[in-house]
Amino acid sequence: MRAAGIILAGGNNDRLKELTEARATSAMPVGSCYRAIDFSLSNMSNSGIKKVAVITQYNSRSLHDHLNSSKWWDFGSKTGGMFVFAPFLSKDSNSWFRGTADSIYQNISFLKRSNEEYVLITSGDGIYKMDYNDIIDFHVEKEADITIMCKDVAGMDVRNFGVVKMDDDGKIVEFEEKPLEAFSSTISLGIYVIRRELLIELLETIIPEGRYDLVRDIIVRYRKQLKVCCFMYDGYWASINSIESYYNINMDFLRRDVRNLLFAKEPYIETKSKDEPPAKYNTGSEVKNCLVGSGAIIDGLAENSVLFRRVRIGEKAQVRNSVIMEGCNIGHGCVVEYAILDKDVTLSGNVEIKGEPHSPKIIKKNTIL
Amino acid sequence: MRKKEMLAMLLAGGQGSRLGVLTKNKAKPAVTFGGKYRIIDFPMSNCINSGVDTVGVLTQYQPLQLNRHIGIGIPWDLDRKNGGVTILAPHVKDGEEGHWYSGTANAIYQNINFIDTYNPIYVLVLSGDHIYKMDYARMLRFHKKNNCDATIAVLEVPIEEANRFGIMNADENDKIYEFEEKPPNPKSNLASMGIYIFTWDKLRAALIEANNQYEDLDFGKHIIPMFLDEGEALYAYRFKDYWKDVGTIESYWTANMELIKTMPEFNLYEEQTKIYTSADHQPPQFTGADADVKRSLVSEGCEVFGSVYDSTLGPDVIIESGAVIRDSIIMANCVIGENTVIDRCIIDENCTIGANVKIGMGENVPNKRKPKIYDTGITVIAENSIIPDDVVIGKNCVICGNTTMEHYENARLESGDTIELDGEVIL
Repeated sequence: MRAAGIILAGGNNDRLKELTEARATSAMPVGSCYRAIDFSLSNMSNSGIKKVAVITQYNSRSLHDHLNSSKWWDFGSKTGGMFVFAPFLSKDSNSWFRGTADSIYQNISFLKRSNEEYVLITSGDGIYKMDYNDIIDFHVEKEADITIMCKDVAGMDVRNFGVVKMDDDGKIVEFEEKPLEAFSSTISLGIYVIRRELLIELLETIIPEGRYDLVRDIIVRYRKQLKVCCFMYDGYWASINSIESYYNINMDFLRRDVRNLLFAKEPYIETKSKDEPPAKYNTGSEVKNCLVGSGAIIDGLAENSVLFRRVRIGEKAQVRNSVIMEGCNIGHGCVVEYAILDKDVTLSGNVEIKGEPHSPKIIKKNTIL
Repeated sequence: MRKKEMLAMLLAGGQGSRLGVLTKNKAKPAVTFGGKYRIIDFPMSNCINSGVDTVGVLTQYQPLQLNRHIGIGIPWDLDRKNGGVTILAPHVKDGEEGHWYSGTANAIYQNINFIDTYNPIYVLVLSGDHIYKMDYARMLRFHKKNNCDATIAVLEVPIEEANRFGIMNADENDKIYEFEEKPPNPKSNLASMGIYIFTWDKLRAALIEANNQYEDLDFGKHIIPMFLDEGEALYAYRFKDYWKDVGTIESYWTANMELIKTMPEFNLYEEQTKIYTSADHQPPQFTGADADVKRSLVSEGCEVFGSVYDSTLGPDVIIESGAVIRDSIIMANCVIGENTVIDRCIIDENCTIGANVKIGMGENVPNKRKPKIYDTGITVIAENSIIPDDVVIGKNCVICGNTTMEHYENARLESGDTIELDGEVIL
């Protein structure tokens, strides 16, 4: 166990609008039965990282519910384990986390009590499968102080990402957050490796100076003093940072290559078990190109859609190009197209919901129409 | 150990020989049911849903798969500090040779020490062979209310079928005065479900007394008659819900098919009484653009590109495009090749069926080797079998092993024929 893990799961994202009113981005349901954080947690467990801190803040109820036991991801509880940290009040601290670095700093005892040499920091909203040993090996081999996982995303709009420029040796020479005009198409994926003691030292230096951000106050600020290297990743990777990206990630799972990569092969992405029975297809069911969660009961038509657990599609109902979250009940004769239905939405008979291909219609959690 | 009011002893050692090759390498309780479950999941889930958190599982016949499935009881919330699940296998005792479990009651007798550690007042005896949902806490309340020494759960069966069951004859208060095993002329229709609650000190004494008298100490044959002879209070607890013994290929197939009805009699979808099972991982299930799935149960991780009608699919099954599955049970991790047609077939776990195969064709000729087991037109493929491309297989056939074209005459296997290859068993 060379590294301890930290998952920064406190973030919220305004661009996800109603969908993150009720939950942190890391808790966003994806791919019929997962939440976004399952990917980082499973990657850690599968990479042999057996001690993980999950730092939550914004709207953390559903995340805490999801993380009710470490056994779903096979973390132990004696020498390792999953630690969930939320902001707390004490004599010395009475604030919310003031930034990503502050959120780690306020839980610095986790780092101090660990004896792993390295720390791997990720965000909780990335959808990908990787062996973190690759980036740790790279970090050791390069004798880097900090290694950032990066990806060349030529052609993609990078204005919402950190953009990096590196020299021939892979050392980062430029790093800009959310640039208006990007100088390269290589983005940071928000996954970092750093020596544990160096991280403690840096945090204890910057926090008293009133600097609280991991990227701005450590990576950008120290990029010339420290050896910050770039580990290029070229596998499937997506992150939830807008309604459109959320919709597209779900639709990606309709591709056999993506499912084969993420689901069909070991090591598996694990999630909290909900013990639903198999999906039930009744006489009237017409299901084409859909991902279907367990416990679903289908009497109607579903096409090009992602259906989560316990979704009911009534007789003569039609669902197309939509994301239907857990527990939704779509009644007789309803028509749903280009929509995202949040959890437990009930559409009684003959309701019509239509969005546009690039702007799906969102129906809030627990809505009854 | 902390005292438990009631613990459960789950008899899971049975072979279930009438299930043919389905129980070749695993005990009957480990056989798949309803897509993703195994038969033992039903009594195990009933235990935890009834608040019974201490369960001894008695294994004997082919226990490997069962042991792996139960593990430390995580899926059933039975990984406990006090109680939880314990696998009880036959073992050698000090100063004597080991003994197999020779009968249902003998198995309990051999584990008196285990039960004593929890010092229970009541012991619930269950069998791992049946499909049902039952609240054992309610049965215990009945047992206490009537000051019973033993309570036997009974099902009202049609009187003309009563001669196939152990029948309880009871008075108007459901107090049992007589027990008849498979009576030719039944006096009542109260059939024993093999579910008992005993007051432990009474059962304990009876087991010790009777074990020397009978080599195959059995609840139905010995313990219940003995209780009656000695005038102990035995009551019949009437159960009115769904209960199925899936002991034969035909009843096993029918019980699975009942689940796919629009409103099945047995409801797996109730939130409050869920059935729990162990699964490696549970990815979502995908149904392709050219797929057609109707009246079927499809488990997690399946990828369906062909057509599936009136069937159940276990976890991680792949149905390639052009394949047509009808009236069949396909268990976990099977792959069905392109354009293959499967009709009325049970395919056990981890089988690979090639492309352009036809199974379930031709006349309904009973199996030549075991006509009593395979006679209802259902062809059975044993676990880990492989069937090559382009073969045609009849009804009531049995295939077991990694078969290649050379095992088939003119690429055909006629109805009632068997291919059973001895090969390594891969579990």
